[in-house]
Amino acid sequence: MGSFFIQRLSQTVFVVLAAALVSFAMFRYVGDPVNNMVGQAASMADRETMRRALGLDDPTILQFLRFLRDALSGDLGVSYRFGVPVGRLLTERFPATLELSLCAMLVATLLGIPLGVWTALHRRRVSSHVLMLLSLVGVALPTFLIGIVLILIFSVWLGWLPSFGRGATVALGGWTTGLLTVSGLKALVLPSLTLGLFQMALILRLVRAEMLEVLRADYIKFARARGLPNRAVNYRHALKNTLVPVITIIGLQFGNIFAFSIVVETVFQWPGLGLLVIQSIQFADVPLLAAYLVMIALGFAMLNLCIDLLYAAIDPRVRTGMVSARARS
Amino acid sequence: MTRFWVAVLSLMLTVGASQSDAKTFRYAYRIDPASLDPHALAETFTLSWLGQIYEPLVGRGRDLELVPALATKWEQPNPTTWRFHLRPNVKFHNGESFSADDVIFSVARMKAEGSDMAYTVATVTEVKKIDDLTVDFILAKPNPILPLQTTSTYMMSKAWAEKNNAAMPASIKNKQENFATSNANGTGAFKIASRQVGVKTTFVPHTAWWGPKENNLTEVVYTPIQSDATRVAALLSGEVDMVYPVPQQDAARISGTGKHQLLTGFELRTIFVNMDQSRDELLESSVKGKNPFKDKRVRQALYQAIDMEAIKSRIMGGTSNIAGIMVAPGINGYDKKLDVRLKYDPDSSKKLLTEAGYPNGFEIGMDCPNDRYVNDEKICQAIVGMLARIGVKVNLLAQTRSKYFEKILSRNTTLSILGWQPLSYDAHSTLQDVINTPKDKIGTYNVGSFSSKKIDELTDRIENEVDPAKRQALISEALSIHKDEIGHIPLHQAGLAWGVRKGVSVHLRNDDSLELKWVKVED
Repeated sequence: MGSFFIQRLSQTVFVVLAAALVSFAMFRYVGDPVNNMVGQAASMADRETMRRALGLDDPTILQFLRFLRDALSGDLGVSYRFGVPVGRLLTERFPATLELSLCAMLVATLLGIPLGVWTALHRRRVSSHVLMLLSLVGVALPTFLIGIVLILIFSVWLGWLPSFGRGATVALGGWTTGLLTVSGLKALVLPSLTLGLFQMALILRLVRAEMLEVLRADYIKFARARGLPNRAVNYRHALKNTLVPVITIIGLQFGNIFAFSIVVETVFQWPGLGLLVIQSIQFADVPLLAAYLVMIALGFAMLNLCIDLLYAAIDPRVRTGMVSARARS
Repeated sequence: MTRFWVAVLSLMLTVGASQSDAKTFRYAYRIDPASLDPHALAETFTLSWLGQIYEPLVGRGRDLELVPALATKWEQPNPTTWRFHLRPNVKFHNGESFSADDVIFSVARMKAEGSDMAYTVATVTEVKKIDDLTVDFILAKPNPILPLQTTSTYMMSKAWAEKNNAAMPASIKNKQENFATSNANGTGAFKIASRQVGVKTTFVPHTAWWGPKENNLTEVVYTPIQSDATRVAALLSGEVDMVYPVPQQDAARISGTGKHQLLTGFELRTIFVNMDQSRDELLESSVKGKNPFKDKRVRQALYQAIDMEAIKSRIMGGTSNIAGIMVAPGINGYDKKLDVRLKYDPDSSKKLLTEAGYPNGFEIGMDCPNDRYVNDEKICQAIVGMLARIGVKVNLLAQTRSKYFEKILSRNTTLSILGWQPLSYDAHSTLQDVINTPKDKIGTYNVGSFSSKKIDELTDRIENEVDPAKRQALISEALSIHKDEIGHIPLHQAGLAWGVRKGVSVHLRNDDSLELKWVKVED
């Protein structure tokens, strides 16, 4: 187990480094930050001096090594755009994105699973057809359009929910939360729905398909033959067995939700990481982008490492290298 | 856990407080100011926003005219001295008194490394304290427009800055955070109550402010809302009282509700086309061995092939102001007589091209931003179509501003569009930065390297001419030569549009600056 752990860990480190290097190579193509950092009165010579001071003239690999050196000593640099430490900006914005992602996942799960069961059990009902059609819309429509339509209906026409922002937040230590105030909760509704809709449709369709599969299985027929009540058959036996792949998908999709939040955060002016990053791309705020990308890479790598270790703990064949559980799934 | 209950309690208290007769004004713009440091970035919006907190010696009134701010009057005892008489009894937000020492300190700070505002006081060699409320700005050579140039020259408190280790502006070299980046202490009518970068800023009135109270606000909440659709929705749903800019496609929607009104004007920024006139062979062109833009006939052919009326009605929704010269109405030095465009005449364009030796036209590349000016990419696409009619095939490269400015400022371009709003609101800046032959600090944005010795000379004289009438004559002469030479192709000034809830009165000034001191919330 020890050597397996070390092997996986070194792979993780390698992946994070590779992701960081790739992102640095890409910064050449986001444009020149210097022209955004000075006003129109700055001369070409001033700009050149600044470019040199920032080290933007240096080869990519040198800039990358410098970033690594500083990052290892805990210094992620100062944002070109805001002039404040990148680490602080990211930690300030992180709670907003995490809360939004969790709520979206919650919406997707709490609506997706029961609706999926419903459509599987009552395949021929009109309501099922309508739900399937709606879920198709959820998969097909782009997120920003859904967001704008929801804003139009619930904010502009009905005036029930806010169209932008996070509402009032409460600071608990370093964490700001919108979950403890009425305006904060109201502000969460539309962005969570928008962000969760695609996942909900996905879960609904997955649960339905799995459920239909399971309902045809022999043990369900036996259960019915034994005269068990429908509820017990459907929920205790059928649903339980469909949930394994659903849970895997939910886990995997959480990363996606976090990433998709860029679009939703822009539409709802949600003050999270996604909004920060999209603005930083426009500004070519290299220190912030570098730190964000490395952070995301690190997050995904750690998640995968945990999953690998879990698989290994569950299935001894994985640690002995006989078969790769990940490759099969 | 105690912290939590304190937070809950304070929240309940704020809810309780808002029951009283508070007049809160909530507004939204596209972006958040980059920094609270008044000397960090010379960018129009940042300076205008900071102008609510910090003040210059000489300010701008409702029609952009010069008005006394921290100086009550100013005069020129001799051509190389400007004397400012400072306003007595001015208090900074932290209660300190404003005096001549703060002026001396602020000018020195603006000239320090890391400051982006040095250009406003570039002609000043020394600031002399005559007494606590009088300062002399000593100049190397006469500069008649110093008061015009310094309307964004904001005054900071010497004691506050030094105490907080912010006596120098943030510099990228030391990679340190500067106290003044996230904290402010000005003399303006409003002070910052709380701020979360990129999310929300709350202002409250500065009760000790020197000026007459023309607003009735007790609190102001500023939120940047980047997405156009969301910004408009926030206004329509009543979550904010005012938004700007209003995208053209939503203008009718806002004025049509009956509960909102649309204020309109014209930008002070003139949009124009650059043509590379310096290379012997264009970078992106089918013409080899020579540069067609060196021939005035070719420049004129392009000019007369662009139908600005069509761009105004089809792309700008009728809101733009078609330009015949490089400066906008409202800019000091603007000359209405000159502001007439050459006639749209594609037939004569074709003739001109034939005379110049290009009967079949030619092919060139064009650069365009797609997120910088109002409808920038659409305007470029329209120009591409119009030039195709006279046989000039244009390959358009429209990209985001960082990429676009990187390309055109390195002169790696053939044809491009650009906008210019003089920060001093004076034509001299347009001449010096956009029209003069590029050299050192001059002509930075003269991307096509247009060059006219006569205009360069005139610009130098304009800089030092003290008599306003003579100065205007020089400006008009320079603009007129540039117009005859077709150094650039002026296009238009885009329309400004602010959306305001009825019951709230704001003043739209043509520099797109919202002055909180003139905002009234009636109900």
